[in-house]
Amino acid sequence: MPPDSKLKAKKGIPTAQRLDISRSPSDVSLTEQEPVPVFEVDDLSVYYGAFRAIRNVGMTVCERQITSFIGPSGCGKTTLLRCFNRMNDLVDIARVEGSILYHGINLYHPEVNAVEVRRRVGMVFQKPNPFPKSIYDNITFGPKIAGLKGDMDEIVERSLRRAALWDEVKDRLKDSAMGLSGGQQQRLCIARALAVNPEVILMDEPCSALDPIATGRIEDLMEEIKSEYTIIIVTHNMQQAARVSDMCAFFTAEVNETSDTRTGILVEFDKTEKMFSNPADERTENYVTGRFG
Amino acid sequence: MRKEALIRWLFLGTAALSIVISALIVLTLARETFTFVTQVDLSSLWSEGWFPRRDLYDIRTLFAGSVLVTLVAMVVAAPLGMGAAVYLAEYARPRVRRALKPILEILAGIPSVVLGFFALTWISPEIVQRMNDEAALFNLMAAGIGVGLLVTPLVASIAEDAMKSVPTALREASYGMGARKVTTAVRVVIPASISGLVAAFILGISRAIGETMVVAIAAGASGGSLFSMNVFERGQTMTAAMASMAGGTDAVKGAGLTFQSLFFVGMMLFLLTLLLNMVAGRFVRRVRQKY
Ligand SMILES: Nc1ncnc2c1ncn2[C@@H]1O[C@H](COP(=O)(O)OP(=O)(O)OP(=O)(O)O)[C@@H](O)[C@H]1O
Ligand SMILES: [Mg+2]
Repeated sequence: MPPDSKLKAKKGIPTAQRLDISRSPSDVSLTEQEPVPVFEVDDLSVYYGAFRAIRNVGMTVCERQITSFIGPSGCGKTTLLRCFNRMNDLVDIARVEGSILYHGINLYHPEVNAVEVRRRVGMVFQKPNPFPKSIYDNITFGPKIAGLKGDMDEIVERSLRRAALWDEVKDRLKDSAMGLSGGQQQRLCIARALAVNPEVILMDEPCSALDPIATGRIEDLMEEIKSEYTIIIVTHNMQQAARVSDMCAFFTAEVNETSDTRTGILVEFDKTEKMFSNPADERTENYVTGRFG
Repeated sequence: MRKEALIRWLFLGTAALSIVISALIVLTLARETFTFVTQVDLSSLWSEGWFPRRDLYDIRTLFAGSVLVTLVAMVVAAPLGMGAAVYLAEYARPRVRRALKPILEILAGIPSVVLGFFALTWISPEIVQRMNDEAALFNLMAAGIGVGLLVTPLVASIAEDAMKSVPTALREASYGMGARKVTTAVRVVIPASISGLVAAFILGISRAIGETMVVAIAAGASGGSLFSMNVFERGQTMTAAMASMAGGTDAVKGAGLTFQSLFFVGMMLFLLTLLLNMVAGRFVRRVRQKY
């Protein structure tokens, strides 16, 4: 079966299940079972033109876990993150080598449709970027373009509730999203991503433009939705990585011998606990204890 | 320090001069218009056509001509210009855009007299008379298409600027939701830049109304014209009527109020374009405020 039709054939079933089952505390046992891999990254390198931004990255991202990416600026965290939903396709000069399997399907197989991938793998950006439309229209954008039928009011309410924004905006759904505070806008962007029922949510420094209170709310929100979604988050905030993530990847940039460019590499990838208490690599230790970058 | 002050006064002087000149133009227009309106037999403003030397100043004729030409022009320029803008802003790779933009500017630089003859010798027989074999060789349709081509680069370039000013973050938000290129263009970029696009459209109209040469050549550069709403007939716009009156040596000085009627039409043209530009300016400002 070609990957594309596989991607299509699977559509609906897992999402529907996720939707209908409200997980009871007894489900915690799930995390104790062998985690199910969602992404398997193998020997991945990304180039911008002739410049190699990251090289030979390999890792496995598991279902219903929060995976954090940390590392100094410029080490390619964003670059790698944007490979998981093929956002790098939008950069003309970007080129990807190696493979990322998504449930066993190579995302970069020529028959895989990037549009389809992005409907399953949603994204929240560093700066809140709501559309200059009403709050309501921001949420219904995704479902509408995906051709989803169904009660839009209900989708709006459900998504906003999940993003812990409903109570604050329920009386002004028709107002412009641009009138919300930064933190509210970012939660709206999360709600907008949730509205299409993705399986994975990629977050690129989602709290860097927010104050501590707004950041706290987003962290609570991630904690809350992680039982239903797989989350990958890039963060510069060490405490945040330690607080919210189950797994943590530390990247750094190595100076190339032949030119004075720097290429990102994955130094260590392990349980967050271990990364922050007893990392295997000295560079990780230096970074998480603040002795570097 | 003295030099600073001198330069300052110099620039102030040039700025003041341009204001004075504008004021003088408006004043002259207003004075002759006043003479015309007070002296003309008001019933002649509503007669069978525009024949100033026979004291028939049917203003409907000129309005009809201007409106028809502008309508045809915008039917051509709006889709062409917007289409080109969407392509340049959303689809073209940087290299293609770098190649295409100068071509657009060359197109914008074609002298209108050249386009006028093109409209008369090619558009009229090859397009208009094929659409309707009863069409006259000189007709408003051909003039309108010619003006449309003339206005297209203007519309395209303003519309492209408006779309380019939409932040990349919005496009990424859209693509990140699984939107295709068309969807992103139609549902995100166009709505986000709508005031700029409206401004492009209005400035296009304003330019089309003011265009003279193409119309004077392709719609029939005669002194007068019968009232007609048929685009396949020859016709007269406000601009072309003024140009044809001012063209001959004795035409302007002709009988009665011919001379003043020229100012009367000029005044209306001035007010119309002023209004349009003000409306467009408001839309442009709205775009600037947003981002
Ligand atoms: N569109 C692009 N074109 C060319 N080079 C790029 C592009 N995007 C990123 N790069 C380069 O790739 C490298 C990695 O950038 P990336 O944004 O992935 O780093 P990052 O780890 O996310 O950094 P930060 O923590 O500052 O966000 C950098 O050297 C950057 O200059
Ligand atoms: Mg980054």
